[in-house]
Amino acid sequence: MSATTMRAATRPVKRAGNRRFRRLILPLFVGIVLVMVWQFLVTALKVPTYLVPTPLLMFKTLVTEFVPLGLALLSTLKITLLSFALATLLGVLISFVFVQSEVIEEALFPFAVLLQVTPIVAVAPLIIIWVKNQTAAMVVCASLVALFPIISNTTLGLRSIDPDLKSYFTLNNSTRWQQLVRLRIPSALPYFFGGLRISSGLALIGAVVAEFVAGTGGAGAGLAYEILQSGFQLNIPRMFAALLLISLTGVALFAVMAWLSRLALGSWHSS
Amino acid sequence: MDHAVSDLTRLSKDQSAIPAVEVLSAEMVYPNGTQALLPVDLSVAEGEFISLLGPSGCGKSTLLKMIAGLLEPSDGRLQLWRKPVKSLINTGRKLAFVFQSPTLMPWASVHSNVRLPLDLEGICRADADQRVTEALNLVGLGNFADAVPRALSGGMQMRVSIARALVKQPDLLLMDEPFGALDEITRFKLDAEVLNLWLEKRLTIMFVTHSIHEAVFLSTRVIMMAARPGRVVEQIVIDEPYPRTADFMVSPRFARYAKRLQDSLLSASAGLEEEAV
Repeated sequence: MSATTMRAATRPVKRAGNRRFRRLILPLFVGIVLVMVWQFLVTALKVPTYLVPTPLLMFKTLVTEFVPLGLALLSTLKITLLSFALATLLGVLISFVFVQSEVIEEALFPFAVLLQVTPIVAVAPLIIIWVKNQTAAMVVCASLVALFPIISNTTLGLRSIDPDLKSYFTLNNSTRWQQLVRLRIPSALPYFFGGLRISSGLALIGAVVAEFVAGTGGAGAGLAYEILQSGFQLNIPRMFAALLLISLTGVALFAVMAWLSRLALGSWHSS
Repeated sequence: MDHAVSDLTRLSKDQSAIPAVEVLSAEMVYPNGTQALLPVDLSVAEGEFISLLGPSGCGKSTLLKMIAGLLEPSDGRLQLWRKPVKSLINTGRKLAFVFQSPTLMPWASVHSNVRLPLDLEGICRADADQRVTEALNLVGLGNFADAVPRALSGGMQMRVSIARALVKQPDLLLMDEPFGALDEITRFKLDAEVLNLWLEKRLTIMFVTHSIHEAVFLSTRVIMMAARPGRVVEQIVIDEPYPRTADFMVSPRFARYAKRLQDSLLSASAGLEEEAV
């Protein structure tokens, strides 16, 4: 193989690699700079620790308090994942009902919107009164928050079929079932995964809000409770450490969803 | 049982007494009153290569979709082998449709895309796979079975679409401006290939195009259509032997056919302008 063809062959690969590298390195770089500026400002301006701790102190607290914070994280993560799974299951089922007929969708969609626009903080106390089991109550709250993007995205996906491809299926005397499995579901997948990405983050937010409202401590206390407690004790570094864990969890969830989506859609969709 | 049916159909096919397509005063008026297509009467014999030629808005795609059963005429009837379009399955004949865009499933490989009609029909995997391979070889894509559609050029995607039509072994092939989006060189090449397939398989083809040259080059008969309202203006038989080559395209006879179609198109549009004034 000559040098020219070699270069022509490797260039696109290299460019794609560069982009991935840049996508990872650039935000990391910005993050490091921001943390350094933060550290510098807090030290230089002598900001008291009970207002803003230095990032160094935050990391130190994270290490010393690793066990209680880690347990709290696990508890929050459990609520998040349970409610995310529940929201996905329910959302997909509801979407399938919606696409059965326009009438059903027109009749029910406003209620899905109603669910979405009602602030969960306002509804959560009711749910916690109604549902005896504390964990179940929190899962219900978080699911309500995460449900809507799955419904709206999956419904949109199940409806957005190439009309010619739909005609092609009709021409070949396909059954409703064949159209669903071979056409509607594959067409909806990119939209569905888009919904998953949004909902994973919302499930986490819902879980934290539910924990705040429930305000329960003890063995199964989540990160929200740790933040509340640290606030009462004016242990601001610990508060920051808990906050950092929540943010990192959110980012990790998003990354896992993006990875899953790439895995499932492979090369056919350029999202 | 299957054999008996196919023998029977072959027999009647040889006799070739009944027309493949009959359009009986079929027209299309949209609910808002727009006359998309004035009543059309048209009969297509088995083995013909018909071009529906006309400017955009002349209803040529509408007519083709009515023949396929994708659109219902607002009045009039259409028959395939003397049966209503919806009962085609009872005649033992098959129809395939090639859209203007390749209309492939982006998530499936070329092979799976071509196998789709056989899967929908419920043909067993081994038979289907063999037929798919044959169809792909026929359009020169034998080496691209595992590729994803978006890795292929527009012309190659169109070939996949044609392979997907051929794999059904259709008796009637309907093509809706299949090469309209392709460059001229690719289009000419694919035109020649379609012509070869038609000669080889003795299909009946109806081909929608807005290119006078394409229509003259391919067809046994050109149905000239005009717009506003969409209607059939004239039918011209292209009485030239096959196989047709590039030489035919530069012959004076070719030019005469083209001129005649051009004139009839112009006079149809001229009438329209006078009406508008």
